[in-house]
Amino acid sequence: MEIKKEQNGNALTMFLSGRLDTVAAADFEKELEASLTDVTSLVLDCKDLTYVASSGLRTFLMAQKRMNKQGTMTMRHVQDAVMEVLAMTGFDDLLQIER
Amino acid sequence: MADELRVEAKVDNLQQVIDFATGTLTDACPMRERMHIELVTEEIFVNIASYAYSEPGGFAVIRRSGGEGSEGLTLSFIDGGVPYDPLKKPDPDLTLPIDERPIGGLGVFLVKKIVDEAYYEYKDGKNILTVRKVIGKNGQ
Repeated sequence: MEIKKEQNGNALTMFLSGRLDTVAAADFEKELEASLTDVTSLVLDCKDLTYVASSGLRTFLMAQKRMNKQGTMTMRHVQDAVMEVLAMTGFDDLLQIER
Repeated sequence: MADELRVEAKVDNLQQVIDFATGTLTDACPMRERMHIELVTEEIFVNIASYAYSEPGGFAVIRRSGGEGSEGLTLSFIDGGVPYDPLKKPDPDLTLPIDERPIGGLGVFLVKKIVDEAYYEYKDGKNILTVRKVIGKNGQ
């Protein structure tokens, strides 16, 4: 998976592309930890994210919990394949998702 | 007839295992169902790599038969680790609010949701988890 970042003051957008599998989830988690200090608006752009496994869901959940304390997190442009996995696990109710 | 792949049970081998598991699927297989097979394979193999053995160096065998035919694709995941039936794990409560939602247990739940059949046996000192999924029936 590739992660590109765009920061504008306290607003951070992360563009996720490729596969968020177990190996990628570990990197994504580190990237989030290193990036979220003082961020009040986090957008995860999932336009080019094609796959997510449960390890990736856990990372989304951790990010959402953290951002609920310090601001907002929104996922946008979520593809059908990823949306299906979010829906199967009820994560579509836990995460803020704009399609 | 079944084909087999034997690898060391470590997450680094995930892509190799996924490639093997989807090896009989053709270009005619819908992307969505290919993704389902990849996801099921990842969740089961990662569980083995993470929890089956107390020391590194354990093995995992993936046995594969069928594909897009009417019998579907059957995959067995075999390890020599501690006896453990993942299918017995209770399903997560999907109604809990975000702060009470447990962080684990989703992988096996996804497997159970996706496949048509799943069964576990412990035989000759090995855990054997077998899943079967029919490919291409009404987008299931």
